[in-house]
Amino acid sequence: MINSTVAEISAALAAGDISSVEITQAYLDRIAALNGDLNAFITVCEDSALQQAKAADDARANGDDSPLLGIPLAHKDIFCTKDVLTTCGSRMLHNFVSPYNATVVELFNSAGTVLLGKTNMDEFAMGSSNETSYFGDVKNPWNTECVPGGSSGGSAAAVAADLCAMATGTDTGGSIRQPAAFCGVTGFKPSYGRVSRWGMIAFASSLDQAGPITKSAEDAALMLNVMSGLDKKDSTSIDRPVEDFTASLNQPLKGLRIGVPKQHFAEGLSAEVEQAVRDALAEYEKLGAIIKEVDLTNSHLSVSAYYVVAPAEASANLSRFDGVRYGYRCEDPVDLEDMYKRTRSEGFGEEVKRRIMIGTYALSAGFYDAYYRKAQKIRRLIKDDFDRAFEEVDVIIGPTSPHTAFKLGSKSDPVSMYLEDIYTIAVNLAGLPAASIPVGVANGMPMGMQIIGKYFDEAKILNVAHQFQQHTDWHKQKSSAIAAANGEA
Amino acid sequence: MEWETVIGLEVHVSLSTKSKLFSGSSTEFGAEPNTQANIFDCALPGTLPVFNEEALRMAVRFGVAIGAEIGKRSVFDRKNYFYPDLPKGYQVTQLDFPTVGKGALTVTLADGSEKVIGVTRAHIEENAGKSLHEEFHGMSGIDLNRAGEPLLEIVSEPEITSAEEAVAYLKKLHTIIRYLDISDAIMAQGSMRCDVNVSIRPKGETELGTRTEIKNINSFRFVEKAIYSEVERQQEILEDGGRIIQETRRYNADKDITTSMRSKEVANDYRYFPEPDLLPVVIDDEYIAAVKAQLPELPDARKARFMDEYALSNYDAGVLVSSREMAEYYEIVASKSGDSKLAANWVSQDLLGMLNKNNLEITDSPIQAERLATLIARIKDSTISGKIAKTVFEAMITEASDVDAIIEAKGLKQVTDSGEIEKLVLEVIENNPAQVQQYKDGKEQVIGFLVGQCMQLSKGKANPGQVNELLREKMQ
Amino acid sequence: MALDKTEVEKIAHLARLHISESEAEEVTTRITDILTLIDQMQSVDTEAVEPLAHPLDVVQRLRVDEVTEENQRDTLQQLAPASEDGLYLVPKVLD
Repeated sequence: MINSTVAEISAALAAGDISSVEITQAYLDRIAALNGDLNAFITVCEDSALQQAKAADDARANGDDSPLLGIPLAHKDIFCTKDVLTTCGSRMLHNFVSPYNATVVELFNSAGTVLLGKTNMDEFAMGSSNETSYFGDVKNPWNTECVPGGSSGGSAAAVAADLCAMATGTDTGGSIRQPAAFCGVTGFKPSYGRVSRWGMIAFASSLDQAGPITKSAEDAALMLNVMSGLDKKDSTSIDRPVEDFTASLNQPLKGLRIGVPKQHFAEGLSAEVEQAVRDALAEYEKLGAIIKEVDLTNSHLSVSAYYVVAPAEASANLSRFDGVRYGYRCEDPVDLEDMYKRTRSEGFGEEVKRRIMIGTYALSAGFYDAYYRKAQKIRRLIKDDFDRAFEEVDVIIGPTSPHTAFKLGSKSDPVSMYLEDIYTIAVNLAGLPAASIPVGVANGMPMGMQIIGKYFDEAKILNVAHQFQQHTDWHKQKSSAIAAANGEA
Repeated sequence: MEWETVIGLEVHVSLSTKSKLFSGSSTEFGAEPNTQANIFDCALPGTLPVFNEEALRMAVRFGVAIGAEIGKRSVFDRKNYFYPDLPKGYQVTQLDFPTVGKGALTVTLADGSEKVIGVTRAHIEENAGKSLHEEFHGMSGIDLNRAGEPLLEIVSEPEITSAEEAVAYLKKLHTIIRYLDISDAIMAQGSMRCDVNVSIRPKGETELGTRTEIKNINSFRFVEKAIYSEVERQQEILEDGGRIIQETRRYNADKDITTSMRSKEVANDYRYFPEPDLLPVVIDDEYIAAVKAQLPELPDARKARFMDEYALSNYDAGVLVSSREMAEYYEIVASKSGDSKLAANWVSQDLLGMLNKNNLEITDSPIQAERLATLIARIKDSTISGKIAKTVFEAMITEASDVDAIIEAKGLKQVTDSGEIEKLVLEVIENNPAQVQQYKDGKEQVIGFLVGQCMQLSKGKANPGQVNELLREKMQ
Repeated sequence: MALDKTEVEKIAHLARLHISESEAEEVTTRITDILTLIDQMQSVDTEAVEPLAHPLDVVQRLRVDEVTEENQRDTLQQLAPASEDGLYLVPKVLD
């Protein structure tokens, strides 16, 4: 049953066909079997998971019928989990056992889910391949020579390899959507402010947003039902009623206006990804949707603006890692400055240091206007492009990533890595909701399609994604290795 | 060469909220180290700020009290620097859009003249923790209880031209803050701190000279002395043909000199940018009007009223309103004693003298306003003389019993029984025949000596008017 | 914009990072490459554009002034690399 969707497991638990303890044990066994190769988990919570599963079974016996009760999940290791190691993929926090829970963690605990463990990630969520983790690379379950994408690569790989039923991720410039595309799973980045950031270790505060990584759009809706909503502990969390995201999944798409950004089908896009997305658009037309080209004029500037805004915010957000109150401190500092410099140089990896340097530079005296302020202006232009496009269309669809997952170690220069997120970054700058869903397989590797919606129009995106998944089965495809592990032919 | 001094003051005031600026930790003074520092104050990863509404209200209250422009949209910024008492590695403050904009204070100088001093701005920001330098095996200890407490930084225009004006400005600021009840503003405890920017220039010059900043001065007197000493230092340098280095200095009270501080960072580059974890703070006219409506009577208005209602001099009224508690104390004494002028003298001289001598605040005065009012009432109704009243006052400091009981117990009641007084008068006439003869010969002023003798004999209790009258009668 | 090693050292100091002699050259090259990417945005005229700090036009919520936190010192100091008598210990602070 470990290859089932959350909706299916939920139904089986409700019907008494399986207990939470049984399904939890099945996932733990699976993790024991495959995590050595995939390295998707940094921490596995075997004992507490079984205790939580037992508690969930007891609660069910007492009449609790919450939809996610007893469902085993994994949290990206960026979410603070009380009494559990929370590393953010960094040596800096290699020993940090959080004394508190992130709001997202708290919400899933209240919903009765079972925490299997914490998933691997790019250090401080800075990366697009999961190669910057202090805890080693994550391997793509479709081909272990390839990256799973990043930064939520551990979560995407864990869902793809059936190491958990569902997982959380975070997305600052594509960190949910791109690994979802590379691993052939469904990933969802909600509107900025939809999900609380309390307890989610900050990378770039004005861009970060948590979301689900699942096996279907329906599962994403189930997770979003739990995750979303106002949190007074996060000033940027939006006070807006949370609808039942599963309610409109089955709305027909007749008359749906789909915008296709011409800039996302330009140079750099691989032929197979373009074909897969065009085929999907044809499928939507069959379902009654109307396709229109839209113009995101400034989208080519999104990577530039992002690599000012995100590092600038990060440079300040990561100043708290100073070796004074928690986490790593260098051995025998000779004085205060030595403690700061060695702690931070030994505790942070190369990519994190690089981004801190870029951000520090962009904010430093004499450069603020040319970099930070300029980037904030570009940010407005990008948002305005989307606002204009959404006057004419209901959703915008294009590729998630220009190509399928690349080989581990193949992108050694940062700029080429940064360009990986060319289609996803603008969405974060504008704060919009967007999903990536599987749209095909080329040369044995999955491909993803991005569906972008209007502010707080998560339900529409889920509806559009779910309808596609009702009429296609790309989201059910597994790599042959995983299918074999599942005992399938 | 004649020089003129230009001074600007930056005053940090701890706002007296119950909880911190961005967290629900207590701000109570004097707790055990780090017992009032929660996960946010310790900057644990993932924690976020939420703004305290009372800090905003207090800042706006100050703004409307000094007639300042109020920022209807204020924005928090991060000021980045590394220091162990700054857990996040940045201080949240307001750079371009402070809550309080331009305003002004009117100060009264020693010669009675008034001067208006501009306030550039007042912004809300977080306090840092404390580094303790006692020996911990050669290490420093960090206490974060104070980290994240709300501060209001009030910046003056560089319009202050002397140490006297600087102190007058600070005292006025202190008075207003106390009237507004937004801070204890106790310099010795650090709830009011002052940085002084000083420069000098040849008289008549319009360009400002290079300034130095003297940090963290913790008393009015030291502000005055630090300015004198820094101005002198700058003059000596310039007159010797040297130049002033723009730098941060510290005042050493023992030696009465300012010394250069090694700067926290070689070249400060604070990399300010808008704090992305907080949103713009927006308030409307209605909010400002509501804060204004709740303002108490402020010192200038109260002083004018005292002069008008109680017929006090400019000086007396000024002294009495200089603290809200004293003004309130005075009003009780004035109304209950029925003599506002006598009340003013007793409060501003006797009471204040006694408090200063014993290092007491008026709120801790052993003589409560009602008791002082009764004492004055007893002078008015001739139960005691003004002179005896001083003795009663002394007794009131140590004895809690009521005024009449003290007068009674000590037998200080004025003797007004004419039989008793006649006995005294006759005894004095008998014992001083020479003076009596002088009086009879027309030496009028001798009467003073004879009255004095009677008073002495009565131990001060005889009613001097009655004595005088009876003496003249008996010597006729 | 190209950076030189002195500027890189200055930035590293501001960020309290140590960059060794051997790393300096590569770091400088990498950062220069990234700045070239970033500088693409200089091609657009943004004179009349308002900067956007937050995607949504929302305002700050206010918190009631209440003490909601209890003493957590013991729990929090278990995380500290060095503490004594309730204080966090660091190499001597000179000011």
